[in-house]
Amino acid sequence: MKLHYVVRELSLTVRAGKARLDRPVVGGYAADLLGCAMAGSHPGQVWLTLQGHLNVVAIAGLNDLSGVIVTEDKPVPAETLAKADAESIPILSTPRTTFEVAGLLWALGLRI
Amino acid sequence: MGAWAEDLARIRADLHVHTVLSPCADVEMIPPLIVQRALELGLGLIAVTDHNSSENCAAVIRAARGTTLTVMPGMEVQTREEVHVLCLFDEVEQALAWQGIVCDHLPGQRNPEELLGAQYVVDSEGSYLRTECRLLSTSTDLALDEVVSRARALGGLAIPAHIDRPSYSLLANLGLIPPGLDVPALEIFRLTDPSQLLEEQPGLRAWTLIRGGDAHRLSELKWALNLKMRGATTNELLMALAGQAERSCSLAPLTHPQKPDMMNVIVSQGSL
Repeated sequence: MKLHYVVRELSLTVRAGKARLDRPVVGGYAADLLGCAMAGSHPGQVWLTLQGHLNVVAIAGLNDLSGVIVTEDKPVPAETLAKADAESIPILSTPRTTFEVAGLLWALGLRI
Repeated sequence: MGAWAEDLARIRADLHVHTVLSPCADVEMIPPLIVQRALELGLGLIAVTDHNSSENCAAVIRAARGTTLTVMPGMEVQTREEVHVLCLFDEVEQALAWQGIVCDHLPGQRNPEELLGAQYVVDSEGSYLRTECRLLSTSTDLALDEVVSRARALGGLAIPAHIDRPSYSLLANLGLIPPGLDVPALEIFRLTDPSQLLEEQPGLRAWTLIRGGDAHRLSELKWALNLKMRGATTNELLMALAGQAERSCSLAPLTHPQKPDMMNVIVSQGSL
């Protein structure tokens, strides 16, 4: 499954990293503690979080995640978006909650 | 100002003390008892840092008048990222101006006293003045960087609190120290062994680490820091944290004043 398919199916807003929507998504991970995300997420997963801090980009890059979905339309500072563009890490936004998004991703067939 | 204001002096400090305004603090955290305990520990400087409010700072400052203890007004702010940050000021007016800003960035919910505990505003004798009904134990919508820059714009300084705790901390919530974070020091938890922490997090070697008691009860008030500076101003503190102009800052020896059974309680609650 490619990230652009997830974007279309969940009506996500692409905030940054448009060039890398062709990345395959192998699963999902959800956490708002960035320390947990750093320890628990794996390459190719899409990461669901409420955090928009700059460090989100660092961790997504570090763990080679396919993209980040910021839920509840939480604010993502311009510096985070600029960094994500520079690092080609897709940042996607949705008004839905993390719970809803996780359920929808599961329904699309994604597993851990 | 304390008696040591004129000369370069070595003092013991704890820059992270809660009062009964913090819902999680014990009722014993009233100004006269905090001052008495600080003096018993030989402290020359404490900072009053309640959650998202500075309302009780003036009362503790008044309670310390005529003693050798200097009290710095402050606050422990919770950022949008749920990171706790100590903000320290020279004057109560600055702290209250900061409180005004923080108040505008809180959600305005009522404090569920039965769940979280009461938030008491008291006078210098510890007598009840009023109950703060607004929920203080929650996140502001101020980002970490905004807290740092806005506290500084008011003449204060900001230090991320207990960065090695499993929650409400820089390392747990943000995973790593954000590049470009412009703070003079990082606070570690009162029971943390710094050598062990530095082994696990070698990146912290580049930082000035301070220890804070994060006292929610009198027994947690701590001789946490040794400071060498001239007077208890935030400018002097900045110089001490930077090790400039003969000023200095070092962690007090790690002691475990808690009884062994108390330590077990803490560990079993997962607080470490």
